[in-house]
Amino acid sequence: MSNVLEFHDVRLAFAGVKAIDGVSFEVGEKELFAIIGPNGAGKTSIFNVLSGVYRPQTGRVTFNGVDLIGKRPHRIAELGLARTFQNVELFSNLTVLENLMLGRHHHLHYGSLAAIAWWGRAKRQEIENRQRVEEIVDFLELEQWRKVPVGLLPYGVQKRVELGRALAMEPKLLLLDEPVAGMNLEETEDMARYILDIRDELHLPMILVEHDMGLVMDLADRVMVVDFGQPVATGIPADIQHHPEVIRAYLGVSN
Amino acid sequence: MKNRPLLYTSYAGEMGLLNTRAKQLSVGLMILVALVLPFVLDDQWLSLLAICAATAIGAIGLGLVTGYAGQVSLGHAFFIGIGTFTAAVLSGDPNGRTLGFGITNMLIWLPAAGLVALVAGIIVAPLATRLRGLYLAIVTLGLVVIGEHIFAEWSDVTGGLGVGRPPATLDVAGYHVGVTDSVGTKDQKAYWLMLILLVVFALAARNLARSKVGRAFTAIRDRDIAAGVIGVNLPRYKTIAFAISSFYAGCAGALLYPLIGFIEPGSFNLGMSVLYVAMVLIGGAGTISGAIAGAFFITLLPTLTRQLMPLLPFISESSDRIPNLLQLQTILYGVLIIGFLIFEPRGLFGIWIRIRSYWKSWPFSY
Ligand SMILES: Nc1ncnc2c1ncn2[C@@H]1O[C@H](COP(=O)(O)OP(=O)(O)O)[C@@H](O)[C@H]1O
Ligand SMILES: [Mg+2]
Repeated sequence: MSNVLEFHDVRLAFAGVKAIDGVSFEVGEKELFAIIGPNGAGKTSIFNVLSGVYRPQTGRVTFNGVDLIGKRPHRIAELGLARTFQNVELFSNLTVLENLMLGRHHHLHYGSLAAIAWWGRAKRQEIENRQRVEEIVDFLELEQWRKVPVGLLPYGVQKRVELGRALAMEPKLLLLDEPVAGMNLEETEDMARYILDIRDELHLPMILVEHDMGLVMDLADRVMVVDFGQPVATGIPADIQHHPEVIRAYLGVSN
Repeated sequence: MKNRPLLYTSYAGEMGLLNTRAKQLSVGLMILVALVLPFVLDDQWLSLLAICAATAIGAIGLGLVTGYAGQVSLGHAFFIGIGTFTAAVLSGDPNGRTLGFGITNMLIWLPAAGLVALVAGIIVAPLATRLRGLYLAIVTLGLVVIGEHIFAEWSDVTGGLGVGRPPATLDVAGYHVGVTDSVGTKDQKAYWLMLILLVVFALAARNLARSKVGRAFTAIRDRDIAAGVIGVNLPRYKTIAFAISSFYAGCAGALLYPLIGFIEPGSFNLGMSVLYVAMVLIGGAGTISGAIAGAFFITLLPTLTRQLMPLLPFISESSDRIPNLLQLQTILYGVLIIGFLIFEPRGLFGIWIRIRSYWKSWPFSY
């Protein structure tokens, strides 16, 4: 099995705080890989390194064979890496449709002049991509909110819109940062269903950062536990649940 | 189907510019009013409205970079100046006191003025890609200061401070708009020309705003990190925003001064930049119609306050008495900006939205 992503011995420090301290892992094609760990363990920092927001001091990150370190975020997005954020980062003045269309940004290949004329290429591509966006609206059951500015939507729906925006990018790897944090039981179950659908229907490899242990154990193919920026253990959920270091570092703390 | 105005049967129909009955009606009404005005207003008012329209082109430009892309620029006056002098030099008298090439055709000097300003915008854009918020505002302020100095010193081109030079000639492919003839008075014709140009520039900006470019601008304004992560090339789109905004500024300057009749090189100062920022804020940042409304409002304000003078006998017309008209106007600008920012951040556009939603649900109050 070839790997979509290889993350090798990455270290990232902020003025003395070691956010990532020698973490390595890889994600296989179609794999749902989960990262768990207490608050401040460095999970979000790993995502920020992957998407080009942070640049690590050392380490190697390759995505489908392409080196990601030093690449700017928009280049990494074009390569097919999409993510959601722990604290929803939608464009709150824009509608659901406009947010999803922004996910299509690098699939729209027309320039400013064509845009000004709204002619030929520009109009045709807007309509074509609008159709792709409607498929996502259907998939995530967002119909009733299409034209609502996302800032006015309930938090649970915003999380879903953000997932939609990432899907609209047609990524080759999807990163989900705590997709069910702050959600009620029903919303959590809906989100779990969408994640399973994405894996089973779109065969999209994913990295899932999550606090909800039940969700991780149900969904993930493999789990990595991190604490204080360091990897504690990596393995299949059944093994991780009984790993003594993990029980001490993570489960012991949260229970 | 006819009775369900919100039902669309194609994406193209839904994505159209005039996609609701209300928009069709209000735009139709505005066109009607614009067509009737030349027959009911005297030339002085028409001339003022032409100035409003040219100013609105400049305000739309600032609206794109500041209202849509969120890059606060105090340098707008600089780009307006560049366009003004480019047009004046191209169309100027080759044997005149100041530099001139005698190319009086607006179809040449107008795009040229826009393009020269656009190039200046692209040169300045790297500042915007490195600086944010207040820092950008202050650096663009520096731009105006440098511009003022150049405009004051380079008297071959600008005529020099306090002296000035004649602006471009309003001549469209050989037809003189700036002279009264059998078609109409010069003010009537200028009104028509500026109105048509405003519609063209506004439509172009509206198209840009609803395209991927406009969405990218808004994304950068609202959350620049997220914008990058979903694939928006930040330096590129900030540069595009500055370039297009400067193009609009250049064209606005080129068109505005032929209406005023004279270029004073000292007028491209911070005060002018601030007035344009006020137009965008009062009109409602992030909308094209707001920028236009703001430009008309701010440009008409001095005339309107003058009309109100008889009601305020304690205010003097002459500027060496206190309180005087100029002071009243300056205070009014300040109060309006603060008032809108606090009570109606969406500007005139926000007030319009409220009126519209009131009438949409009429006669029910909610
Ligand atoms: N931009 C930053 N500047 C300074 N410290 C940071 C920054 N981002 C993260 N950190 C620190 O790195 C550590 C890991 O944070 P984070 O990756 O957000 O953890 P997690 O997502 O696992 O809760 C924390 O100690 C946090 O304070
Ligand atoms: Mg986190």
